[in-house]
Amino acid sequence: MRHHHVLHVVAKMTIPLILVFALYVQFHGDFGPGGGFQAGVIFAAGLILYGLVFGADRLRRAVPAGLAGTLAAAGVLLYAGVGVAGMLLGGAFLDYGVLLPDPMAGQHLGILLIEFGVGVTVAAVMVSLFYCFTA
Amino acid sequence: MEYLINTVLLALLAVTAGAIAYLRNLFAAVMLVGIYGLLTAAIFVILDAVDVAFTEAAVGAGISPILMLAALALTGREQTAPTSPSGAGIAIVLATGGALVWGTLDMPYFGDPLAPVHVHVAPRYLEGTLSEIGIPNAVTSVLASYRGYDTLGEVFVIFTAGIGAIVLLGNRRGD
Repeated sequence: MRHHHVLHVVAKMTIPLILVFALYVQFHGDFGPGGGFQAGVIFAAGLILYGLVFGADRLRRAVPAGLAGTLAAAGVLLYAGVGVAGMLLGGAFLDYGVLLPDPMAGQHLGILLIEFGVGVTVAAVMVSLFYCFTA
Repeated sequence: MEYLINTVLLALLAVTAGAIAYLRNLFAAVMLVGIYGLLTAAIFVILDAVDVAFTEAAVGAGISPILMLAALALTGREQTAPTSPSGAGIAIVLATGGALVWGTLDMPYFGDPLAPVHVHVAPRYLEGTLSEIGIPNAVTSVLASYRGYDTLGEVFVIFTAGIGAIVLLGNRRGD
């Protein structure tokens, strides 16, 4: 796809929108449809579209395979870490109410953090899968 | 009207599934998989499950066809092995399908408000969402807070699947 000018121009215009939309879905999941799973997949779709149109090599330079693997683990660790943090603060595992003095604010913070962990892991795993299939 | 839309969508699903099984051109089959995902997402919208519809549209119609296309780039786009149906295969498929249909006979009727899933913990979550979690989207509060263990398990499944693919297929560049 080296010489498809239309594809290149359209991809350059849409990829930023896809990535920003993914962030919107990520952080607006409390108020509307969305959340970490959808956001991670959409973010990864934007990156993979870049890899398909401009070549996987350029995507590998932007997001090295090692970084994707590290982020996949980091998202899971963030999720489980929020749970352990709740235990250290005297609550149960994954009880977000104890994270902040106001239980409801703690719930909001906990949900924000674990949804972010979900999004990071999903996006990183999808990009890693794409790398597995592209030489 | 809703009955008509449901019937049309479900019929299109069946046609798409049949075409996927029938086609030898894997490239066209992958495109149909994307269409299958979009149809499923439309059905979820009609069922008022917009979060699930969103996921199905992103995963079923978006990322899985892309990953299948990437796999086709490695394996080739035509199905080469002859697929003449064997008697044993048809018998197994019919027996499995029949068992599944038989199993649905025990399920509660579609939309039954007294179905176990609607009278177990769901009312408790829906009543507590605003006062305990304080976010408007009950789906997110159930998924992220009430059933946080389950969601953590799902993330581990995705992570494990990714690790499995990396170990099996390897980082094909060695970097």
